[in-house]
Amino acid sequence: MLVLGGGIAGCWAAIAAAREGVGVTLVEKGATVSSGAAGSGCDHWESAATNPCSGVTPEELTRAMIADHGGYNNGISHYIECREGYDRLLDLEAMGGKIRDSEDEFAGAEFRDEKTKFLFAYDYVNRFTLRVWGTTFKSALHAECRRLGVQVIDRTMATSLLSEEGRQGGRIIGATAVNGRTGEFLVLRAGATVLAMSRPTRIWLFSTGLPGLSEFRPPQCTGDGHAMGWKAGVEFTMMEKSVQAEWSGERSYPPYGTGNTHNTWYACSMVDAEGREIPWVDRDGRLLESVSERYRPAPGQRFFIKGGGESYFPLHDYLGPDTLPVDQLLEQGFKLPFYADLPGMPELERRAIWGLMVGEEGKTKVPILQNYTGAGFDPDTHLLQSYGDGWRSGAFLPQERQLFGLPGGMMNDWELRTNLEGLFAAGDQLFASNCHGHAAATGHYAGRHAVEFAMHAADAPISAEQAEIERDRIMAPLDRKRGLTWKELNAAVARQMQHHCGAFKTADLLESGLAALDDLEEHEVPRLRAGNPHELIRTLEVMNILTNARLILHASLARQASSKHLQW
Amino acid sequence: MTDRSRLGEGPLREEVPAPLFIDPELCTGCNLCLEVCQVDLMLPHPEKGGPPILRYPEECWYEGSCVEVCPVPGAIRLVHPPANRVNWKLKESRS
Repeated sequence: MLVLGGGIAGCWAAIAAAREGVGVTLVEKGATVSSGAAGSGCDHWESAATNPCSGVTPEELTRAMIADHGGYNNGISHYIECREGYDRLLDLEAMGGKIRDSEDEFAGAEFRDEKTKFLFAYDYVNRFTLRVWGTTFKSALHAECRRLGVQVIDRTMATSLLSEEGRQGGRIIGATAVNGRTGEFLVLRAGATVLAMSRPTRIWLFSTGLPGLSEFRPPQCTGDGHAMGWKAGVEFTMMEKSVQAEWSGERSYPPYGTGNTHNTWYACSMVDAEGREIPWVDRDGRLLESVSERYRPAPGQRFFIKGGGESYFPLHDYLGPDTLPVDQLLEQGFKLPFYADLPGMPELERRAIWGLMVGEEGKTKVPILQNYTGAGFDPDTHLLQSYGDGWRSGAFLPQERQLFGLPGGMMNDWELRTNLEGLFAAGDQLFASNCHGHAAATGHYAGRHAVEFAMHAADAPISAEQAEIERDRIMAPLDRKRGLTWKELNAAVARQMQHHCGAFKTADLLESGLAALDDLEEHEVPRLRAGNPHELIRTLEVMNILTNARLILHASLARQASSKHLQW
Repeated sequence: MTDRSRLGEGPLREEVPAPLFIDPELCTGCNLCLEVCQVDLMLPHPEKGGPPILRYPEECWYEGSCVEVCPVPGAIRLVHPPANRVNWKLKESRS
């Protein structure tokens, strides 16, 4: 078994496969102990519909998730999330991850179940999202991989899929990879392969000064799996969907580090510049008098999903409490800037946001909780400024876009197989995917089914020619002393995509964009240079970014009608 | 307004053009920070026991795993770029 990508989904796929007793190799570009978008933490685990306190069934919740996105959602993968996410949480606990308030820090809180000591977020009545101590998760997953004998190959970037007889569309029988420290080229054979390499980034957004902060996700999540999959003949869907950017590190403020009311900060009180409290309303516009009501469905409502901000066009059925829209607030005389009013929150809610969720969420323990505290921020007395509406912490232009909010990805069947024999996909590799629980549940599920396939797969020799062609392709930048750097090419791709595949899309624009990208492919890629294996990895990533941009343009050209939910 | 001097405990970017400040007096050169960095932006010091070298600081994702894993408090600190700094004020204050 070969697993490509050592984030949450990849680790779970490797663990599931190793538990079945097969040999597993895990290839990760960074360091498996910390890699991936959720390597440094996770503050809430969504859609744990089978936990003993849940007021919704997996079927109800999956149907709601599909309906809330107008049908443009991955019903299969989210059903797996709803059915098995809670099992993975219990697995994590057995590995040493913390999922309960075992020290009774929140004893008596409205969001706590006294029997199980679980803490819940958002809908306190229906209790299907758990607050968790996710900074304990990744190291536990890594240790479990090692304990089970998974061969973990870190600092190594998978570059291509190898197919039977070297044929595009053929059965996947292995992969090539290159080490970012030594430059060693690897050819890996596999009975089955799980792709778990996140989703494309840096297609429209790129900062030459602070490239590591170009996007919300880690800079090395560049959609390498998408690029190699497309070249191998994998089918995708919804790749034409992109949304106006919501997050980057460079164009906005640190994620979860500004005053807001969503996600990690749900349902924090807000005040305006003069200290006037911002009103909260339910889905029907009914004014909510107490903080407690922000965590409850409206009268007559069965349950709500996440409390605003998840779907771009949420259905009334599942719409949660929220503050009034900013334009309405300004009309009513509220004054910018707004601030998060942690001191105005009940004590246990305040501590659940600042200290538990801001602290356990990825990228918050050191950069936000520790650093802000060290600089004097006190949640009992300070108001934290807000810089955007909803959960945003910045303002973006219409052409500054991202693959976010259930973007496109690989098509899958009920076993999380792609259309290519021997190739499975998990986590953000899948279309319409998001979040930690989804990555964990689909990773484990894909790992199990890939093992079943591998057990019965006939041996097939690697095509030496296919591996050699790939070796020559990826090593070429090391041989050039002069030429283009990866940053220059990434900036060029982002510029072309902003111009030709921004808020407005027409066939002429898209075709012009494709011609511009073809030109980059033909004339600039052969000039790329890398001074060492580290720079080679960065260079190969941008070659994948260019490939993914082309994939998005082709998907856009194939679309013949506007679509609200695809924001196209 | 936030007291900027309190946020300014980190290095000025002119002095250390980097997201990370490593105190060479406190650092034992164990390289744990280097090994958990998913971006792989550091190199080991050529001399054993020396502090890691920030080879590709601009690739930092400002996630902080390096600080969390460091066994010596204060030996490595993460400092957001100035453009990323956020304001707060006392609740009673109107400034």
